[in-house]
Amino acid sequence: MSVPRKKLLEVRDLKMHFPITGGLLRRQVGAVKAVDGVSFDIYEGETLGIVGESGCGKSTCGRAVLRLYDITSGSIKIDGTEIGTMGQSALRRMRPKMQMVFQDPQACLNPRMTVAGIIAEPLEEHGKLSGKKRLERVYELMDAVGLNRNFANRYPHAFSGGQRQRIGIARALALNPRFIVCDEPIAALDVSIQAQVVNLLEKLQDEFGLTYMFISHDLSMVKHIADRVAVMYLGRIVELAERDELYERPLHPYTEALMSAVPEPDPAIEAKVERIILRGDVPSPSNPPKGCNFSTRCPKVMDICRKLDPEYREARPGHFVACHLHDAGIMNNEPSAGTTGATPRNEHKQQGEDA
Amino acid sequence: MPDGALPVLDVRNLKTVFRTRAGEIHAVNSVSFQLRPGELLGVVGESGSGKSVTMMSLIGLLPSPPAEVRDGNVMLGDKDLLKIGEDGLRAIRGRDVGFVFQDPMTSLNPVFTVGFQIMEPLRRHMGMDKARARKRAVELLELVGIPDAERRLKDFPHQFSGGMRQRVMIAIALACDPKVLIADEPTTALDVTIQAQIIELVKGLREKLGMAIIWITHDLGVIAGIADRVMVMYGGQVAEHGPVREVFANPAHPYTRALLKTVPKLREPRADKLRVIEGQPPMLGAHPTACPFRARCEHAFERCARENPPRREIGAGHDVACWWDHRTGEPV
Ligand SMILES: Nc1ncnc2c1ncn2[C@@H]1O[C@H](COP(=O)(O)OP(=O)(O)OP(=O)(O)O)[C@@H](O)[C@H]1O
Ligand SMILES: Nc1ncnc2c1ncn2[C@@H]1O[C@H](COP(=O)(O)OP(=O)(O)O)[C@@H](O)[C@H]1O
Ligand code: SF4
Ligand code: SF4
Ligand SMILES: [Mg+2]
Ligand SMILES: [Mg+2]
Repeated sequence: MSVPRKKLLEVRDLKMHFPITGGLLRRQVGAVKAVDGVSFDIYEGETLGIVGESGCGKSTCGRAVLRLYDITSGSIKIDGTEIGTMGQSALRRMRPKMQMVFQDPQACLNPRMTVAGIIAEPLEEHGKLSGKKRLERVYELMDAVGLNRNFANRYPHAFSGGQRQRIGIARALALNPRFIVCDEPIAALDVSIQAQVVNLLEKLQDEFGLTYMFISHDLSMVKHIADRVAVMYLGRIVELAERDELYERPLHPYTEALMSAVPEPDPAIEAKVERIILRGDVPSPSNPPKGCNFSTRCPKVMDICRKLDPEYREARPGHFVACHLHDAGIMNNEPSAGTTGATPRNEHKQQGEDA
Repeated sequence: MPDGALPVLDVRNLKTVFRTRAGEIHAVNSVSFQLRPGELLGVVGESGSGKSVTMMSLIGLLPSPPAEVRDGNVMLGDKDLLKIGEDGLRAIRGRDVGFVFQDPMTSLNPVFTVGFQIMEPLRRHMGMDKARARKRAVELLELVGIPDAERRLKDFPHQFSGGMRQRVMIAIALACDPKVLIADEPTTALDVTIQAQIIELVKGLREKLGMAIIWITHDLGVIAGIADRVMVMYGGQVAEHGPVREVFANPAHPYTRALLKTVPKLREPRADKLRVIEGQPPMLGAHPTACPFRARCEHAFERCARENPPRREIGAGHDVACWWDHRTGEPV
């Protein structure tokens, strides 16, 4: 950890709002704030895990970072180059550097193209290599992801889910990217196949020095693969820290609840797990609550939380959190920062973190 | 779990085949299990291992053709559900046997109000009049934790969140006080915090209502948290079955053993490298004459390709279908 690390990606106050239109004139009547001001860095060669519940903005964040959208505002720097405001033709030249692997390998492979064709497509688009050289490269990629070369002329439907995901990964690797957004790459796979794909991603990372943004709702798998982890809730990053730090000493009440909800494949541990059961559902991202966006479900909510949006701060070195409980300035100065929540605070208290 | 009690459901040698243009698919092969009063049986296995087809076969919910239940007995009390015909089954579904499926959106009818859909089985099976059914519907929605139940009766399914729709499904399944509740991946489509809510709910309802539950999932963690017994399926067969603590502590089948090792654990130290199960799940194109796991099994030997192993008892209520003995590391 002592080696100074190089930032490959720097994201600042990124927003991606989708307009909601209505009425005869299809005027904009509101916005889905899918990503609503997130900031983070990804260091070269590391894996940043992004976790959070369905609809919290993980995919949107990944796609926005790759500029698959015209972002609403914010800054995205890759290798020092600002791409947040870059036009499409300039972006095209950046594309080979940054790739994406998707959740559903079925949906993103053209069923009428052979495996070789699918993997070679980005090479053709970017005019890299020709004829024989290109086929060489396809074979090389198939080897790298553990696909049998003899299958090069088969069509995607002849492959299993895990193999299709390998095809998707080979295609993403074709242009020698440095940064890959993996959006739930194992969510559609069977438990017995997931480890195969995760180990492959780790092997490729070592081999090619790749940097990953690994999006997943599987906290156990993210604990395995990520170096640092960001927890998203309702379009925001509520907590970000080194993996072990986050899993051992979560600071944000949402992170605590999310982790406590994960079932453990061990009846002895399950019998002892203290679950924090959150009440209610995630609010709509088009109309997030005032103040802290978690205040409607937070077991530790205080008066001030409903009024003031907590600042995203570095509570400990490298450990960022957006919660008043971890803002000494607020906790010391705010007389109303006592318990007023529906649930008494000490009922689910963990490790005395928030004393 | 009362061991001596008569099972509420007794399934013997169930065999279900799909006849498709590409040939037969032997989805369920000689599956047997019993469900005792008040217990929760967890069924785990990867997709295509036959979990859903097994349960749909029991209550005659598979389209035929292509499905054909070729063999077996399914005793619910003294009735064989495979012999009572569609009319008999209709009287049982939703009354003696309630079910909840994975996707609450497709199993609730979008054009009827939630209230109508809860009241319908009450009126049909229990002969309640509208006022009584309505009162009971409100009670049921309250039971599953839907706030403001009275008012929400007139809402349509799309006006509820995923977690709430699953609660509604559970309310419908419980409406007629079934003896058996079959829940097929009821939380797979939900977020973990919502899953935790539903599991908490079912645990509470079990204590209150005492029905027997079959809970299908591919998540070993969910099984570990709620099941009394677990049945591990692979390739349309029961690979291993036993008390949940026993199976997790002393897994006997090479598939169960590998599965438990391959999943990363949140509350245990992180492993440097994940253990992999090589290969792919089997095709189910023919009646199996060999062990379906053999292509992926690290202990496979010559006999495994020749004979499909029968289930054999290895402990109290614990059995395994395998030619290899996990205690000696040798063939049996
Ligand atoms: N193109 C779009 N137009 C309008 N709203 C969108 C669009 N894409 C996403 N959203 C909304 O933005 C929010 C975040 O969506 P996103 O797909 O990023 O969530 P996610 O965290 O990836 O969820 P999941 O775990 O289900 O994949 C959701 O409310 C979603 O409905
Ligand atoms: N309607 C159908 N037609 C043909 N095959 C089917 C049909 N339904 C299920 N199958 C096959 O039966 C096998 C078992 O499926 P299923 O019970 O749904 O698995 P799971 O364990 O995932 O619930 C699979 O091979 C599946 O493809
Ligand atoms: S700021 Fe308040 S409501 Fe938000 S997470 Fe912290 S304690 Fe909970
Ligand atoms: S019967 Fe043979 S192939 Fe099958 S699980 Fe046992 S050892 Fe492995
Ligand atoms: Mg997504
Ligand atoms: Mg199923």
